[in-house]
Amino acid sequence: MQKDSNENPELKKTNLWNDANFRAMLFQVVAILAVFGFIGYIVNNALTNMEQRGIVTGFGFLTDQAGFGIVQTLIEYTETDSYGRTFIVGLLNTVLVSFLGIILATLLGFLIGVGRLSSNWLISKLSSLYIEIFRNIPLLLQIFFWYFAVLRALPPPKQSFDLGAGAFLNIRGFFLPKPIFEDGFSWVIGAIILAIAAVIYLVKSNKRRQLDTGIYKPVLLPSLAILFIIPALVFFVVGQPLSWDYPALRGFNFQGGLSIIPELMALLVALTIYTAAFIAEVVRSGIEAVSDGQSEAADALGLSNGQRLRLIVIPQALRVIIPPLTNQYLNLTKNSSLATAIGYPDLVSVFSGTTLNQTGQAIEIIFMTMGVYLTLSLLTSSLMNWYNRRVALVER
Amino acid sequence: MGKVHVPKPSLPPPSNSIGAIAWAKKHLFSTPLNSVLTIIGMYLVVTMGYWTINWAFINADWVGDSREACTSSGACWVFVSARFNQFIYGFYPESEIWRVNLMFAIFTVLLLALVIEKTPKKPWIAAFTLVVFPIIAFFLLYGDAFGLERVETHKWGGLMLTLVLAVVGIVASLPIGVLLALGRRSNMPIIKNLCVVYIEFWRGVPLITVLFMASVMLPLFMHAGAETDKLIRAMIGIVLFQAAYMAEVVRGGLQAIPKGQFEAADALGLNYPKTMGLIILPQALKLMTPGIVNTFIALFKDTSLVLIIGLFDLLAIVQSALADPKWLGYSVEGYVFVAFMFWIFCFGMSKYSQHLEKKLNTGHR
Repeated sequence: MQKDSNENPELKKTNLWNDANFRAMLFQVVAILAVFGFIGYIVNNALTNMEQRGIVTGFGFLTDQAGFGIVQTLIEYTETDSYGRTFIVGLLNTVLVSFLGIILATLLGFLIGVGRLSSNWLISKLSSLYIEIFRNIPLLLQIFFWYFAVLRALPPPKQSFDLGAGAFLNIRGFFLPKPIFEDGFSWVIGAIILAIAAVIYLVKSNKRRQLDTGIYKPVLLPSLAILFIIPALVFFVVGQPLSWDYPALRGFNFQGGLSIIPELMALLVALTIYTAAFIAEVVRSGIEAVSDGQSEAADALGLSNGQRLRLIVIPQALRVIIPPLTNQYLNLTKNSSLATAIGYPDLVSVFSGTTLNQTGQAIEIIFMTMGVYLTLSLLTSSLMNWYNRRVALVER
Repeated sequence: MGKVHVPKPSLPPPSNSIGAIAWAKKHLFSTPLNSVLTIIGMYLVVTMGYWTINWAFINADWVGDSREACTSSGACWVFVSARFNQFIYGFYPESEIWRVNLMFAIFTVLLLALVIEKTPKKPWIAAFTLVVFPIIAFFLLYGDAFGLERVETHKWGGLMLTLVLAVVGIVASLPIGVLLALGRRSNMPIIKNLCVVYIEFWRGVPLITVLFMASVMLPLFMHAGAETDKLIRAMIGIVLFQAAYMAEVVRGGLQAIPKGQFEAADALGLNYPKTMGLIILPQALKLMTPGIVNTFIALFKDTSLVLIIGLFDLLAIVQSALADPKWLGYSVEGYVFVAFMFWIFCFGMSKYSQHLEKKLNTGHR
């Protein structure tokens, strides 16, 4: 065909189909038309359908009074507040459970991932057993298990488990003493900030000295000393401005203190255990990706075991670990939406659940909810990409 | 001088460097920390193993048809065995269950044929599984043709529904995923951006919001008066969602194909469809199989979310059975059963995908 068109200039002119640029243009125009046509069709249908069913459109509902209570709120919220506020409350609850989940899952995941590579046969087998069990069971089932089978089986408040130090566990949740910060506490916070700044200065100047002179002085112990001693000194000087509000059994339930509702606990435990299994695999593969030659080179340089890990293995492993780890964080955040199955008041449960049922404005609400997750995803991934670029191998 | 030097036979290795004790020394008690960890680990294994075996096997009740049969202190598997049919087939009419079994049987045979390495004409079997089998399965399950009685989808449930959702999700999302991935790697900016937006959108939102969307918004998007089945709506949601993930798997496969292959195809004068269809995709698909199996595992677990929009998959049907006042208090047994079923499938598939990865790794580089 190509040959024909070359030999026959007339055919070449007339047969636009053989022009790659024209073809590309045509495909793109068709694609655009198809997509917009489809969207137009859908919007048109939606508008007709909503008109028929008498559904109002627009975001006016956000200022209407919600009229339902929410069991856990991080900001002030009453039934007389607006639907807009339920959105914020749900969003904050989602952020809370994701944030805590990410921290706990990272800790557990690193522990198990390192355990998986342990020279201890038993520990390594136990770690892989953990990974294989929890990775292969649906998260929703794990949430149900912790919520319905474990936490629902706890004793009522009167027979709660006393965990000591003022902490109690019962079917209503987990009750902890709550710190109360008194007037002088801002001094302590100031002291903590000062201590952190001092430690950063110490580490930086030490590094500079090492680069200049080659003399290395240990910084870990002095840093820890600074971090603890300065705030502690200030704390005692200003007269211990901290007291604890202990939960106490009054009537049928505990009053006071910090209470963690069972829904949050179940969700957090399940998310942590499930995601930790994936993080452990990420960590394992990251560490295994650092070639043995690197460790051997470190040994040949005479670095100690700790130095080898801290200076050679971990920085290189992190480079491999960070991208998939970010993915796991995003997964955890998205998975936290399963909260709706056990009634933890997260964004999906409060907003796409109760608010949607009450107002019937499905399109606005679902797009707002999706928008939140999309924004969170894009934000996290751009943050991690930035970090990733910083630690990425600079190749010349 | 004719003395021949005969070396003495070598001594056996010192007794502390071979055998079980040496192994334990090396692998369990090499350092003080390791010894402590080993002892804690052993304690955990022994106590938990003892408790589990006691609970699940020794003290468990297996036969009976009501909770009165559960007299011992261990697990009450009667709860599962009494409702086993329901957990597997949902509310499918008892007289028609052979159809589900037949479908499962055909599926198993096809899968085995695909998994076993030496099966002849594999591409044809794969094509049959992806194209013809879904049609057969549809008529077997739904009926309403060839003299088969119609079984409405709201009667589908249990493990059968879980499998149907997962298989439909994968089979239908594969072609869409291939198109999206090709689009994402295309030189045409508009097509590329459309595909990127599609993929990033679905990958950025949780499946649960997709299912909500499918169940409440889809009816609004349809032509006025058009009714759709709840199951179909869930499937549409799952396929749209899964296609984005599939596209990323396919893209990974495409990226692994060396540039020389594209250039060779160009040099042969092949056009785009031929380059992709004859040169690139066959090689990429082979590389993608582990990735596809992994997304299948993820989807298989995720199908349990349909519980939230009111479909009775394996988890949902057990969850609803737990609420039966006749069987209150056996939630652990129910959950362990569901977990075991999911685990068997997922673990088997993940082992298969690891095996594939190993096999593909050796041959290709």
